[in-house]
Amino acid sequence: MTFWQVIQQSWSPMLDGLQVTMQLTLLSIVFGLALGLFLALGKVYGWKPLRWFCTAFIEIIRGTPLLVQIFIIYFGLPPYGIRLSPLEAAVIAFSINSGAYQAEYLRGAIQSIPSGQMQAALSMGMTPWQGVISIIMPQALRRVIPPWTNEFIYLLKYTSLAYIIGTPELMAQARFVASRNYEYFQTYLFAALIYLSIVLVFSEFFGWVERKFRIPGFEFHK
Amino acid sequence: MNKEKEIVLRIEDVHKSFGENHVLRGVSMGIRRGETKILIGPSGTGKSTLLTCINMLTPPDAGKIWLLEDEITGSKRVNLLRQKIGFVFQDFSLFNHLTALGNVSIGLTKVKGMDRKKARKKALEELKQVGLEEKASSYPAQLSGGQKQRVAIARALAMDPQLILFDEPTSALDPELIGEVLGVMKKLANQGMTMLVVSHEMGFARSVADEVIFMEGGVIVEQGPPAQLFSSPKVERTGQFLSRLSGLFGEEGEK
Ligand SMILES: Nc1ncnc2c1ncn2[C@@H]1O[C@H](COP(=O)(O)OP(=O)(O)O)[C@@H](O)[C@H]1O
Ligand SMILES: [Mg+2]
Repeated sequence: MTFWQVIQQSWSPMLDGLQVTMQLTLLSIVFGLALGLFLALGKVYGWKPLRWFCTAFIEIIRGTPLLVQIFIIYFGLPPYGIRLSPLEAAVIAFSINSGAYQAEYLRGAIQSIPSGQMQAALSMGMTPWQGVISIIMPQALRRVIPPWTNEFIYLLKYTSLAYIIGTPELMAQARFVASRNYEYFQTYLFAALIYLSIVLVFSEFFGWVERKFRIPGFEFHK
Repeated sequence: MNKEKEIVLRIEDVHKSFGENHVLRGVSMGIRRGETKILIGPSGTGKSTLLTCINMLTPPDAGKIWLLEDEITGSKRVNLLRQKIGFVFQDFSLFNHLTALGNVSIGLTKVKGMDRKKARKKALEELKQVGLEEKASSYPAQLSGGQKQRVAIARALAMDPQLILFDEPTSALDPELIGEVLGVMKKLANQGMTMLVVSHEMGFARSVADEVIFMEGGVIVEQGPPAQLFSSPKVERTGQFLSRLSGLFGEEGEK
């Protein structure tokens, strides 16, 4: 078969897979962002027990393989009465995993904002929480866009691991197609090209977002 | 001259240590409504620490501070008192993500709960007061140091403070930009603003200060009207410090 024939024959299941991949990625990045914000704010501003909890959580998640985390959630929880569909298990595992990484990027961004900004906010009578919301976060979130874009791209590619527990995402669909047409090279090449084009689209998009929110005249110095 | 005016700020025997470093060793002073007091002293003497103790960014270890009838030290809701104390920083500390107008109005909307339109109008008036209404939509990174510091002053003024604290407001500025900031401060002093200023601009002190306070080693060594303190200091150390200042920077010394 030519590459073109492989594409013609397999685009429909592959697009189904892409849809699941996007679902997985977008849900996980959003839940992960919520978790990451909580962990980062807890780690930077929380009282001691919360700070320890956030630090420990982040270190444990970042210190263990993603695949192990997926297996614990999908295969390890049913004996305790928690039965999840492959998609649910994958979303939960990716959200937790990505949340830990996003937390570290956010923490770095928050701590890169000069301490004088908070001092000025407090001096005018803001509460610490108002200072975080109105002064620190608007700057930290702009600062975090480039590393966050990388995290998004990693996550998008890592969702391919979900095929192992039977989530019908792009990689699982490619395996299915290849097991039928025996065109392993061309089928996986097709899958790779789909991943690549999605990555490029999102990189462009987040680059645009970064430029749009750039503060006029202001360069973050590393 | 100001004796009948009410006391805006009263500081009583304030102490502050950082670990083993006993920085403030019992500082007491007061400022009446409309007075401008200039705080001078060698670097590392605790001038900045004293200012940040006044608005409790650095809570003192001992001693009491009152703003009018309210005791700041020991207040449960310090943020309510901080609204009434303007603070102008050496490094400006403008909010980088906000325009000049946004910097001046954010305290009005977020802290005072003023509606946006009114806040905008008041912020523009304050920018006009410091001669920068045409820079309202510029971001801090697009302003010169002198303009930044004037925006910072407008930001403090917008809150209608009882008192403004200035921590070396001109010492991060290129010499040619110092005048515009001192000009604004002089205007404020003449309009009756109550101000406590850490500054080694002797010309400025001479023309606006009701009193100059010389601090060293965490205590007030000597205080008095600028004319008296500069020409005939009572304590030897004061004289030495002043002559070093004018030796370094000339009669109208600047730091
Ligand atoms: N947050 C802090 N932690 C530890 N030491 C501090 C802190 N702030 C000031 N100091 C110390 O307190 C002393 C006085 O500092 P400062 O008030 O900045 O002096 P000045 O403004 O008169 O130059 C210095 O020795 C400084 O190192
Ligand atoms: Mg200082």
